[in-house]
Amino acid sequence: MSGQRKDVKVQRCGVLSVALLCWLATSSLAAEPQVREAELKRVEVIERVAPTVVAVFAKGGAGGGSGVLISKDGFALTNFHVVSGLGPFMKCGLNDGVLYDAVLVGIDPTGDVALIKLLGREDFPVATLGDSDKLEIGDWTYVMGNPFLLATDFQPTVTYGIISGTHRYQPPSGTWLEYTDCIQVDTSINPGNSGGPLFSSAGELVGINGRGSFEKRGRVNSGAGYAISINQIKFFHDQIKAGRVVDHATLGATVTTDSDGTVVVNGILEASDVFRRGLRSGDELVTFAGRPVRTVNQFKNILGIYPKDWMLPIVFRHEGERREIHARLRGLHAKTELMPGPRPQQKPRQPMPKKDKDGNPEKTPDQPLPPRPDPHAEAAKQTIPEQWKDWFVEKAGFANYRFNQLEQDRVFAPLKGLGDFASTAGSWRLSGQSATGDKFELTLAAKGIGLEIRDAAFFQQLEDTDPADEPPGTGGFLIAAHQLRLLLQTGSKAFTECHYFGSEPLDGRGELVDVIVTTMGAIETRWFFSRASGLLLGLDSRLYEDAEPCLIRFENWNDFNGRRLPATWMVTSGEKEFATLKVATLEFTTKK
Amino acid sequence: MPSAKCKVQDNRWSENSPYRDHEGAASLRPPVGRPLTVAVRLVFCVLSLALLPSVSQAQSTRDTIVAVQPKVVKIFGAGGIKGLAAHGTGFFVSKEGHIVTIWSHVLDADLVGVVLSDGRRFSARVLGAEPQLALAVLKLNGAEGVEFPFFNPDDAVSTGTGTRVLGFSNMFNVAAGDEPVSVVHGVIAAKTIIEARRGVFDSPYSGPVFVVDGVTNNSGAAGGVLTTRDGMLLGMIGLELRNAKSNTWMNYAIPVKDLSSSIQQIISGKFERKKDPNEDEPSLKPRRYKPLDFGFLMVPDVVERTPAFIDSIQIESAAAKVGLKPDDLVLFINDELIQSCRALQDAIGRLESGDQLRLIVRRGNELVTVEMPVPRKKE
Repeated sequence: MSGQRKDVKVQRCGVLSVALLCWLATSSLAAEPQVREAELKRVEVIERVAPTVVAVFAKGGAGGGSGVLISKDGFALTNFHVVSGLGPFMKCGLNDGVLYDAVLVGIDPTGDVALIKLLGREDFPVATLGDSDKLEIGDWTYVMGNPFLLATDFQPTVTYGIISGTHRYQPPSGTWLEYTDCIQVDTSINPGNSGGPLFSSAGELVGINGRGSFEKRGRVNSGAGYAISINQIKFFHDQIKAGRVVDHATLGATVTTDSDGTVVVNGILEASDVFRRGLRSGDELVTFAGRPVRTVNQFKNILGIYPKDWMLPIVFRHEGERREIHARLRGLHAKTELMPGPRPQQKPRQPMPKKDKDGNPEKTPDQPLPPRPDPHAEAAKQTIPEQWKDWFVEKAGFANYRFNQLEQDRVFAPLKGLGDFASTAGSWRLSGQSATGDKFELTLAAKGIGLEIRDAAFFQQLEDTDPADEPPGTGGFLIAAHQLRLLLQTGSKAFTECHYFGSEPLDGRGELVDVIVTTMGAIETRWFFSRASGLLLGLDSRLYEDAEPCLIRFENWNDFNGRRLPATWMVTSGEKEFATLKVATLEFTTKK
Repeated sequence: MPSAKCKVQDNRWSENSPYRDHEGAASLRPPVGRPLTVAVRLVFCVLSLALLPSVSQAQSTRDTIVAVQPKVVKIFGAGGIKGLAAHGTGFFVSKEGHIVTIWSHVLDADLVGVVLSDGRRFSARVLGAEPQLALAVLKLNGAEGVEFPFFNPDDAVSTGTGTRVLGFSNMFNVAAGDEPVSVVHGVIAAKTIIEARRGVFDSPYSGPVFVVDGVTNNSGAAGGVLTTRDGMLLGMIGLELRNAKSNTWMNYAIPVKDLSSSIQQIISGKFERKKDPNEDEPSLKPRRYKPLDFGFLMVPDVVERTPAFIDSIQIESAAAKVGLKPDDLVLFINDELIQSCRALQDAIGRLESGDQLRLIVRRGNELVTVEMPVPRKKE
């Protein structure tokens, strides 16, 4: 290479370098605002959502966790394992520096979710609920809360990281706390973060942080934290808000993966609704709740996010034939398992922690974050603050019955507008034609119920006689009709037990409806009320546990002698229609 | 010479970047006598490191993850007892189904199970391994005619401190179903060399590593991949590494660039295991004895003149009886100055049955002399 050419190259290099510098100067000017913008956006999001983050403290400051406000009147989500053992009242700090009193509302021990209500304000800051199914791996997230209980001024600690996995399954820790379809993040989650919010990059609430994989690193962040998806919590929200102790669903059948990779039923409970709808051992599960089922793990994942007693669509293949059913799901736990108070000692599903060679307890993976004392041990000892004592009503089977009363009052309120039924203690006589043109007459009296239709007569005596499936195959239509008369005439007092269940999709496919459950002896009735109009849409009444219920759906509410009642009654049972009754006249007789 | 750092934006820019040629040409020349150019390039590197990651990252992280996930597999093999995980991670390095993973107890099985990101299941066997590099290569069984997405190890890049990275692994076996592995984010905190030592900092691997500030190395994560934010292959995530004294953990990955020739050799069947420096080298020098015959082990001989530190002492051995200790630096053997591990191997190799071995070692600030008989070799 000649000296001249070298010089040319040096020159060229110099020119290029200068050009490069210029380009960089301009590009750095262009890029810097983007960096600044991203930073400002983070600051803006944090400032916007931090006021909704709750620091939860046990009475006396012994331990605690985090939470997040979801309504202006103070309802806040947290973990079940944060509030368990705290009793009905606790203290909660917000980033305004104020310590509020709070009351326990409802719990979901399996899903590790609890709802509490902060007291004393009607204008609490509120987090916006996002759609956790829209999250993708790699999305940025914020975790906020009170790790290590650092924030003495209740200013939440913020950590920032990415979604590491979606739709993860984490098996039960101990007897409950199964995390299904959960969100895995590398955002730092530490003890004290439990119950706190996972926010999307836009500041929407997408999950409740509750556990992490710790294994041998001690109880600190190890790069794998788990949040309960907000979409799961939405399914349970109305139930826990009603002061209930809720349970998750089970199919009533066990499944296994076949050699060819399909998921097949290998055991089924004959008393289950899925059995009555035709599911049998050996059938292949195709979809559940609209999501395709490819592995047992995935099926558990989908099933785990639904509440007990919901009706959901299931598609399966029976002897090569594809069938779609809607089945009501059973509970995962026996009713007594979830109740407060002493209960039979359950065998822990994980061995007790062992000591490693350094004397530190050996950590099992995927634990809930703070210590988890016996859920109800201290509840009885607590004294209730005088100012807030009306906010707690103790009742067996409920976390706080006060909130169930409030919901019952809300749902039953429109019934009063239907007219005066209390004075119709005599009998009701409904007559008209069925949709197929058959004349019918239904008599509802205190001592018995009678139905004449298609030249046949059916009768149900109400005194000294067991309720029967009359007309046969209807699931006990006469008894079901009697339930309606009782409700309108006497109200909830007519039943042995009455509670607000929460919401569910009507018939597993329709709109979300409010559900009231009443029992009278062995008879259980689910009442469905429109959330928009408050109207009674129908009822499912079953004569005894696991019996095929009678389904009545109402339409065309009309005025009958100054009282509003449905003019169209669609009666089905076991997916077979009995009749659609069109009421033309309705006579009331008052009690003699 | 900043060329290593400059690689960062090489990856970010397209192949026809106008600056690429310039960079390539410049890096071939010695920097001496070109102060301006060097300065420019330094500025260039520093600026680009500071600015570029945030520019391209937002749009591409999701895309990167979608592109990388199918190349990463979950491995199930031996373990499951005494806190040893029976799961690990690996990644495809050929479309025929060759998988690179960490050399670990998980592979102590005739066949291991491999689950792909979409849930497809295969069995695999160990094709070859290089324990010194912590490297093993697997081959899927029954995958003839199937093509897999893969990383070409020759395309692995090296990058500097401050680079934003993603770690992909089957950590804690969280992704137990038909689902892709976990992804974590971090930044390269250091590029350094881990020296294998026993005791406090017991390392399963020695050699060059990327140290990451995120928690990449968890149980079952080893064998996973570390990539740049735009999906360029950087390293293979190593085994867990804990400091027993502080109970702190180090997160690191082994540069695939350094593994690539061994990977290719194992796949092509031409692999020859590298010589262990502690093993006898075939040479004209006599190798009648080695330190272990006296009950002590030297630190790994990693550089040309590794100082002759004793790494460990066998219990109840001759060395233990005369009071040698780990971390003693051997200065003289029978009055011969010892300047390196290699010189020590030579000196001990020349000993003969019936000789005396006299060592002068430095322990802290004192010199200690010990003497022991050379044992009779059973032939």
